[in-house]
Amino acid sequence: MFELKHLTTGYGNRVVTPDINATLNPGELTSLLGPNGVGKSTLLRTLCTFLPPLKGEIILQGRPISTLSNVQLSKLIGVVLTERPDVQNMTVRDMVGMGRSPYTGFWGRLTEEDNQHVTEAMQLAGIATLEKRMFNTLSDGERQKVMIAKVLAQQTPVILLDEPTAFLDFPSKVEMMRLLRRLAHEMQKVIFLSTHDVEMALQLSDRLWIMHPGEVIIGKPAELSQSGELSRFIQADGIKFDLVLMSYRIDQC
Amino acid sequence: MLLLAVANLLWGSLNIPVANVVQILLGGQIEEHPQWMYIIRESRFPQMLTALLCGMSLSSCGLMLQTLFRNPLAGPSILGIDAGANLGVALVMLLFGGTVTLGSLSMGGYLLVIVAAMLGALCIMLLLLLLSSFLRNQVMLLITGVIISYVTGSVISLLNYSATEEGVHNYIVWGMGNFSGVSLDRLPLYCVLLVSGLLGAVLLVKPLDAILLGERYASNLGVNVHRTRNWLLLCTGLLTATTTAFCGPISFLGLAVPHIARMTLRTSRHRLLLPGSMLMGACLTLLCNLLCTMPSSGSIIPVNVLTPLIGAPVILYVILKKH
Repeated sequence: MFELKHLTTGYGNRVVTPDINATLNPGELTSLLGPNGVGKSTLLRTLCTFLPPLKGEIILQGRPISTLSNVQLSKLIGVVLTERPDVQNMTVRDMVGMGRSPYTGFWGRLTEEDNQHVTEAMQLAGIATLEKRMFNTLSDGERQKVMIAKVLAQQTPVILLDEPTAFLDFPSKVEMMRLLRRLAHEMQKVIFLSTHDVEMALQLSDRLWIMHPGEVIIGKPAELSQSGELSRFIQADGIKFDLVLMSYRIDQC
Repeated sequence: MLLLAVANLLWGSLNIPVANVVQILLGGQIEEHPQWMYIIRESRFPQMLTALLCGMSLSSCGLMLQTLFRNPLAGPSILGIDAGANLGVALVMLLFGGTVTLGSLSMGGYLLVIVAAMLGALCIMLLLLLLSSFLRNQVMLLITGVIISYVTGSVISLLNYSATEEGVHNYIVWGMGNFSGVSLDRLPLYCVLLVSGLLGAVLLVKPLDAILLGERYASNLGVNVHRTRNWLLLCTGLLTATTTAFCGPISFLGLAVPHIARMTLRTSRHRLLLPGSMLMGACLTLLCNLLCTMPSSGSIIPVNVLTPLIGAPVILYVILKKH
């Protein structure tokens, strides 16, 4: 349903990752892993249409996304970025309400129906109690959840997230990943995120994309673990991957 | 605002009874005091309308620029946009003495000043746009504005040095800010330019909200960021250039008013902030105009004496609140 066909990402003349062929399925949480600088952000930006692909196509519900208008796209793909919006005087409810922009009229006023979607989105993300708080007074974890509620209010079948667990403490990371997994399963959404939290991605994702320079390896966590891909990805000086426990161990010098 | 507008019509360096002012405005004739009619129709009414529209325009500009650059210290005067308009005007006033002939096309007087101010403002806007990726940082923004002001200032000094005495005098008086420079016959042009700029701003209310979240989030919400930005720059350029050309560089107002609006309205939604800023901007300029003409001595002080007194504390407050 969200298909990458011979997709080559990069900037100008510089190819970052050539010829990616893959499909993202609804109802699945997919995590993109890879070392810094390998091209995760470039791929995500290309999928978000912030960056044009160098070659190939991205197909969404049977249509190439290059043929869709801004407004059509905004109803199909929702994004959560690493950058935190810095806005004064905006309540959590208003921020989540921004997700309704593609549906509202000229003045951006929310209808009764829009407000209902906003309330639902806040409940799903577990931030209903924050409703009246000012966005810029929230903690990083709370803000991240508000941005997720906003993207839920946008009601897109596809949600792309750039490192949603960065800057969060451990319990919040776990909460965030479990929330995203639940949303993917319950609402049959395509959820695709990049992360550096390997263990959590192994345990909670339905599918993993492991990015190496110039290629992407895709599979279910168990498959990749068996085939040795995970060990290949993680193994470095002093780190070992434990196939049984699905976690890694660090040698003490 | 209405009260202030009325007060602007009633008070002036010459005392005219209230009843007579009303009578004149309603189109009545006063046989014994023809000069009263002249004062009200030719001076106070255009001056009131000029101040009102100028306030609305500059404060909407400030609001739009603060949102566009996502920087609370952005504003037409801080960013050097009116310095650009200033330079344009200086070039025309000092170098060409107010008339330029291009082939068979000859432009003179006010029209030329407006076109020059507009071109100057647009040049600075384009420059700022090129630098805009660096201007998220407040300090960089201020430094850029100061540099632009210095550069235009030095060019203007050079022009002043080589200009005629009359040109220099005209230019300095213009630079002090003045709401009385728009006479009744120039008023329609002034109104049309500013009202169209303001309408343009109103059309941008929804995309402005989205731009608050950053360009990427805005484009994900279906906003065509490039088109919105070009529109914004066109509107602010038009508004700043027109007010600067007609009223002189009115400082600080565009920067301060949106903050006052935000503080009182406690919202970030532009469908409230924009009209709020317009209203408060209009009130402030009407008040300034009133205070400028009120001193009982009968003399009139320049507007730019007052606006920094209002603007500077607001800027200080914004900077201090950030830390």
